[in-house]
Amino acid sequence: MSTVEPESSALLAPLRDVDPAALLALQTRLAAAAAEAGLLDLSYTTLDTPIGRLLLAATDQGLVRVAFDRENHDAVLEQLADKISPRILHSAVRLEAAVRQLDEYFAGRRRVFELPLDWRLAKGFRREVLAHLPEIAYGQTESYAQVAAAAGNPKAVRAVGTACGTNPLPVVVPCHRVVRSDGSFGGYLGGTEAKQILLTLEAAA
Amino acid sequence: MKPFEQLVTEHGAMVLRVCRAVLGPDEAEDAWSETFLAALKAYPELSEAANTEAWLVTIAHRKAIDVTRKRARNPLPMEELPERPSADPQETDQDLWNAVKALPDRQREAIAFHYLAGLPHREVAAITGSTPEAVRRAASDGIKNLRRAYLVPATPSVAPVPVPVGSVPASTSISVPKGEAR
Repeated sequence: MSTVEPESSALLAPLRDVDPAALLALQTRLAAAAAEAGLLDLSYTTLDTPIGRLLLAATDQGLVRVAFDRENHDAVLEQLADKISPRILHSAVRLEAAVRQLDEYFAGRRRVFELPLDWRLAKGFRREVLAHLPEIAYGQTESYAQVAAAAGNPKAVRAVGTACGTNPLPVVVPCHRVVRSDGSFGGYLGGTEAKQILLTLEAAA
Repeated sequence: MKPFEQLVTEHGAMVLRVCRAVLGPDEAEDAWSETFLAALKAYPELSEAANTEAWLVTIAHRKAIDVTRKRARNPLPMEELPERPSADPQETDQDLWNAVKALPDRQREAIAFHYLAGLPHREVAAITGSTPEAVRRAASDGIKNLRRAYLVPATPSVAPVPVPVGSVPASTSISVPKGEAR
């Protein structure tokens, strides 16, 4: 900021007034225009849930990222800007179905997600592991070893752990249903407590 | 690279102020939208080292020129700014808007880009194709003109009209003659 003498500052003060509501309306309009012009590479929104605030991001192909609060949403957005595109706007465009289905899931009224998913953030074997996860039924669990076998590589138990730990679409792609062979929860990107909440929710429904 | 949303959050209000000052409140919102849409399009190619504020103001400046040219080509009868009832708290702002609108382009731009966007004279000169010295002069002349047109007529304020006791207390809003904006 350059130095501005206070006198002109006072004179120009009325020109500085910007109504936050007007600005918000402009931002909403920008997101719509950007989507229409094919310039909205990523839109995101946040959703409050029993496991904390989730960030949901989508490309024009589908939901591409679900992030926990503890991942730091700002950091996640920067990663998305680097990996996919910096053309990111806060906008519920494309995320209405995801928000609705997650609300239903957390209310115990939905067992299966029916959403277009963009898998571009998961590659190779990790992606194969993640692709298997929706086959674990709601309310059921599998061990890391079972998942490794199902993904075609029984020895890759640790790789399954990594795949789950880097799942770009947690909750929707249910890595929380993968637990240790001894029945203990195992790790979870969203925290052990979140994993417990999800498994308890599914067991109760 | 920062997510574009962050630019909108950080600089959205600044760009709106600039568009309003250069184009007036009515056309500012369209110019704001076009500025950010054009910026969004070009954003992935923007150098990491670039000054985003100056970059956005540069785009806003071009959009304002587009709007002005379009206006010149289709000379729709420009409506004069509406007279408002004097009790309206917006009235002083309206006078200021009229005064800003009456400034020569260079002065209006210098005020918008230097005082409202906070860009140094050097940056403003680069954007408007001028020299820092000329920008400095235009900014200070602009302020002088605004003060003359806007502040001076308002200063000999109308003495409060005494309301006779017992008169109808219908309206306390007294019609005050507007100062000539020039």
